[in-house]
Amino acid sequence: MDLSHTSPAPTAPPPTPPDSDPSAVKGRAVHPGDKIFRGLSRGSGITLLVIMAAIAAFLTYRASIALSANSANFLTAFEWNPQGDPPAFGIGILAFGTAVSSVIAMVIAVPVAVGIALFISHYAPRRIAAPLAYVIDLLAAVPSIIYGLWGALFLVPYLDGLTRWLDRFLGWTTLFEMSNPGSPARSIFTVGILLAIMILPIITNVCREVFLQAPKMYEEAALALGATRWEVIRMSVLPFGRSGIISASMLGLGRALGETMAVATVLSPGSVFTWHLLDPGSGTFAQNIAAKFNEADEFGRDALIASGLVLFVITLLVNGAARYIIARRKEYSGADA
Amino acid sequence: MSDNALTDRPQVTGPPSAGPSLARRRLPRWTPALVVLVSVGLGVGGGSLAGWESRVQQGLIAALLSVIVTYALTSLVEDSRQARDKVATSVVWVCFAAAVVPLVSLAWTTVSRGAELLDGYFLSHSMGGMTNIEEGGGVYHAFLGTVEQVGLATLMAAPVGLLTAVYLVEYGRGRLAQAVTFFVDVMTGIPSIVAGLFVLAFWNLGLGFGPSGFAGSMALAILMMPVVVRSTEEMLKLVPNELREASLALGVPKWRTVLKVVLPTSMGGIATGVMLAVARIAGETAPVMLLVFGNPLINPNPFSGAQESLPLYVWNQYKLGNAASIDRAWAGALTLIAFVMLLNLLARGIARWKAPKGAGR
Repeated sequence: MDLSHTSPAPTAPPPTPPDSDPSAVKGRAVHPGDKIFRGLSRGSGITLLVIMAAIAAFLTYRASIALSANSANFLTAFEWNPQGDPPAFGIGILAFGTAVSSVIAMVIAVPVAVGIALFISHYAPRRIAAPLAYVIDLLAAVPSIIYGLWGALFLVPYLDGLTRWLDRFLGWTTLFEMSNPGSPARSIFTVGILLAIMILPIITNVCREVFLQAPKMYEEAALALGATRWEVIRMSVLPFGRSGIISASMLGLGRALGETMAVATVLSPGSVFTWHLLDPGSGTFAQNIAAKFNEADEFGRDALIASGLVLFVITLLVNGAARYIIARRKEYSGADA
Repeated sequence: MSDNALTDRPQVTGPPSAGPSLARRRLPRWTPALVVLVSVGLGVGGGSLAGWESRVQQGLIAALLSVIVTYALTSLVEDSRQARDKVATSVVWVCFAAAVVPLVSLAWTTVSRGAELLDGYFLSHSMGGMTNIEEGGGVYHAFLGTVEQVGLATLMAAPVGLLTAVYLVEYGRGRLAQAVTFFVDVMTGIPSIVAGLFVLAFWNLGLGFGPSGFAGSMALAILMMPVVVRSTEEMLKLVPNELREASLALGVPKWRTVLKVVLPTSMGGIATGVMLAVARIAGETAPVMLLVFGNPLINPNPFSGAQESLPLYVWNQYKLGNAASIDRAWAGALTLIAFVMLLNLLARGIARWKAPKGAGR
């Protein structure tokens, strides 16, 4: 639509092009402006690569300073005491907390998100579906600190009853045993629930997009054969959307692994290892960085950077796995879509 | 509410217009509504009788009950396939309810608690000269800091992101383009605190600068770049090739074709993408906390000295933990959410306004 006033062509109709000299017609002479513009855009792409390389390099460099002075086993130790003499710190408890909270978040969020996405794409009446999709889109943009604030001041008191209940009926599993029933639910379990609520909109959005793209023909064919709505979804929508669900979950997992503020506000951290998920304690990589940063001296910051490097590598692996799955499945789903 | 689920039920399961003897037995249409009512009643009533006053528990019981009752009823009256279908429907509705409740509660709490303190005074004053437990104070310094940091980050990230997208779509062939595409994907997944740590390692520990708004905006720019690249790329791909070919056929050099034809055509979508990216980084707390540090005073210069920012303000007030500061945290949260939502709505507005009308793609 903007073509009319952008093309300089009308001033010089055929045969000689207006902006280039005659030599350009026969040869492949490159316009100097072209060269500059191409260089600029290429340069921007390279800048991005340089930034990524710099991130890896600087984190590794600072981490190596900290690790060379560490007296504990970095990967397995539970304590975090870089100010000590000799300094001793390890990511054991952080790795455990990060893994457990992310797993809880994924276990809750993925089925529910798929449910909501199906609700929007196949169950809800049209009049509700469109505004609902819009609202969930907006919710994905709510800053994590607000989830954290709400989690700490609203969710924690509300989960009190649920945690006591879990303790009473599922306490025998060790996982849900509380050593101090009635204490505020500032545990890794609550963190998992909060993370689930946080990543729900993101996973839902991607899944909904995918479900809406499921081929209508298959659905109509299934309906024509007398399938119920659930059978239609199970036979034509879900198989089509499987790689979409996986990539959406990976996206959510990446968010959950690196989430800082929502965890830092809710969790009361501890450095003693426990299987009791409902007890306060444990920690995550990002939360530990946020909590220890202010009191850390330069060496302490290097130690935190070392733990950040681990988080970086983990998220790289998760993202890489997601890309791999998508790329591998694209061939199949693309062929019959 | 729940009977809506059945009103648009595809009527294909029973043979159409067959005699009454062939029609399957069906539950009446108001059954789901009744089931929900009964199970909510049982959940709340039974829960409070058993002494579980927490509404989370009562809700869970009600949800479980309604799924089970639906299954039992349908498999009794209709057949097992219908029962499975009904269970799936009720599970989907339960998912919807289970997600909507916390999200609505989040929005409602923020708005109602934040509105208590949010007024002209709060928006126009800083925390200078205040003790922590004093009431009052404001968010002006934080708002100023956020606007400056986000603005600087946008100035750095938007051109690089835009040009990278142009490179990928218009020029990119071969291994460099593949590498860029891959690392843009990877960069999207970088946790915000890692971006903060990188700038810390590079700018503060490496080059020896102190905390400043600019340091924070560098980290924000790193988080923003891949988002801008992705959205711009999508938009540029939507520009029909005929436009490019027409322009090139008229002898317009490629760079002018890109600048004058391709970019203007997709400008609406690009602007939307940039705005959404801005909205995303405006709420980032972690890198700002490491690099900008926080400051109760108004510091209008983002290049020297600690600044404040909205998310950081919320975090710091929350950490103080007394009644007055918690009130301020909520009001700050409402300010932040309003700012982010405004950016979002603006972005969507641009998208709708600039969307190609009439003869579509």
